[in-house]
Amino acid sequence: MNTENAEKVDISSEDTVIKIVNMHKWYGDFHVLKNINLNIKRKERIVVCGPSGSGKSTLIRCINRLEEHQKGQIIVDGIELTKDLKNIEKVRSEVGMVFQHFNLFPHLSILENLTIGPIWVRKTPKREAEEIAMYYLEKVQIAEQAAKFPGQLSGGQQQRVAIARSLCMKPNIMLFDEATSALDPEMVKEVLDVMISLAQDGMTMVVVTHEMGFAKSVAHRVLFMDEGEIIEENEPEAFFNTPQNDRTKMFLSQILH
Amino acid sequence: MELDAANENQVIIKPPISNVGIIGWMRKNLFSSPLNTILTIIIVSILWFSVIPFLKWALIDSCWLPDADCKETGGACWSIISSNYKIILFGFYPQNILWRPITAIVILVSLLSISRNRNYWNAFLGYSWLISLVIMGLLLKGGLFGLESVDIEKWGGIILTLLLSVFGLTAAYPLGILLALGRQSEMPVIKTFCIFYIELIRGVPLISLLFMSSVVFPLFLPEGVSINGILRAQVAIILFTAAYIAEVVRGGLQGMNKGQFEAADSIGLNYYQTMRLIILPQALKIVIPPSVSVLISAFKDTSLVVIIGLYDLLKTTQTTLSEPKWMGFSAEAYIFIALIYFICCFFMSTYSRKLEKELNTDLK
Repeated sequence: MNTENAEKVDISSEDTVIKIVNMHKWYGDFHVLKNINLNIKRKERIVVCGPSGSGKSTLIRCINRLEEHQKGQIIVDGIELTKDLKNIEKVRSEVGMVFQHFNLFPHLSILENLTIGPIWVRKTPKREAEEIAMYYLEKVQIAEQAAKFPGQLSGGQQQRVAIARSLCMKPNIMLFDEATSALDPEMVKEVLDVMISLAQDGMTMVVVTHEMGFAKSVAHRVLFMDEGEIIEENEPEAFFNTPQNDRTKMFLSQILH
Repeated sequence: MELDAANENQVIIKPPISNVGIIGWMRKNLFSSPLNTILTIIIVSILWFSVIPFLKWALIDSCWLPDADCKETGGACWSIISSNYKIILFGFYPQNILWRPITAIVILVSLLSISRNRNYWNAFLGYSWLISLVIMGLLLKGGLFGLESVDIEKWGGIILTLLLSVFGLTAAYPLGILLALGRQSEMPVIKTFCIFYIELIRGVPLISLLFMSSVVFPLFLPEGVSINGILRAQVAIILFTAAYIAEVVRGGLQGMNKGQFEAADSIGLNYYQTMRLIILPQALKIVIPPSVSVLISAFKDTSLVVIIGLYDLLKTTQTTLSEPKWMGFSAEAYIFIALIYFICCFFMSTYSRKLEKELNTDLK
């Protein structure tokens, strides 16, 4: 994995794009997220890992309000997420999200999947939206499939289309919710490569993943979550070589064999 | 190229004769076991003893000419149709100006057949529909441009059946979708109203709604105000069908993957955009077969307006049958209108299959 350029991205400035303060979330009585505090700077790349059920997906789904938090604050790009629908739509149009199961729109062609956001949310003229779409399809190396429907593509291709669909909205932040977990093993690399090239372009990324290789080479910071709490956070090298918490050690020993 | 070469080298072994052709087919599908052989023989003999006499009755021994004396022939008396088709098809519409309803129906049928092809769906077709509706209304009602005015109460037969069903179904479908969306809504007032409406309407028979519209509803109107009976029946049919459509559409909405909503949300589409662009196109596609079932049965149910004295196709047929000359020939008359209903329903169901095929983008 080529990350030479990625290392050069400057994150020293104090430009915080996501700020989460004392945030709690419950599903009914079940306390899913407990007192989350997190600052993410512009161009920073965060990898969130942890055992299943630890709340890592819920955490990033709170960032674009697919899940509602009950206590504390989430501020994305200067906009606080509250019940205000206008703010939510604004944040969502600035934050791209890639899902485990792609969630492409099966009744629309690949090109239409990509243009629907720019046309309807950004009010971009159709011609221009199509140009943007083709640019990003080119970028994820799938331009020749533009006229096909999602059902005709492989899982890896679909996930790359899903990434391109988010990029067409020109987001400031990209969230990846286990983007490679549902893929056949031979397709994981093509999706990771796209994610790495995004990283090289300086995209702010929050990535929930089990791909520890990706975490090591791309992340600025790795968070470890368990039972709804952020147990440990550190730079990748320190995180993997000298984990502090026992639960982190156990998780790493299980996942790295 | 390699594949071709490999194929050429393969020895082609033909299947044994008994497995192909008519004999093979018969052996496989009709005589595969003793039980099937017996069933085949029984069914063939039943068909033989029923279909042959029916064809003889309907085609060979029958008389066709208008005003023929049917009492002497042993077969079907299609004269009842050829003598009375004007009454059966058009009710009491003045017979000297039947070209007007006929033209209106021709316009309607041609527009419907053009609209079958989704490639023609554009603004021009929309305007054609609007203009044609005005023209059809004008043709039927008259009173302008020197056309003799015809009272709406005189619209009967197939005119009324088509009017009630075409407008009933096209108005009921969008209303049903709104009700389904309302029932899924998070706003308690709207949700409660929709549930109440749907359950109430589904809980009563159409006949009782028609009675309400024709007998009870006028009691509540201020004196001197009257609303046309056809319109009242039309509204009753729309309200009734919409409740059933709503439940069918709700099934489609519930069948949608949650990921589709989330993906639409994550792009920043608002509720209306999400529904219109993402959810409804998929949900409605899933429910084409059950929706068409509802529409077909609603179409046939329009014949219930007989009960409140509207002269639809069924009632005009009954009127003909009540003439002494044609008593005893109800079978022929009912077969004729059954055929008309069948053609319309068959049209709807073939169209639904065509639509399903066209909209299938899964390509699996």
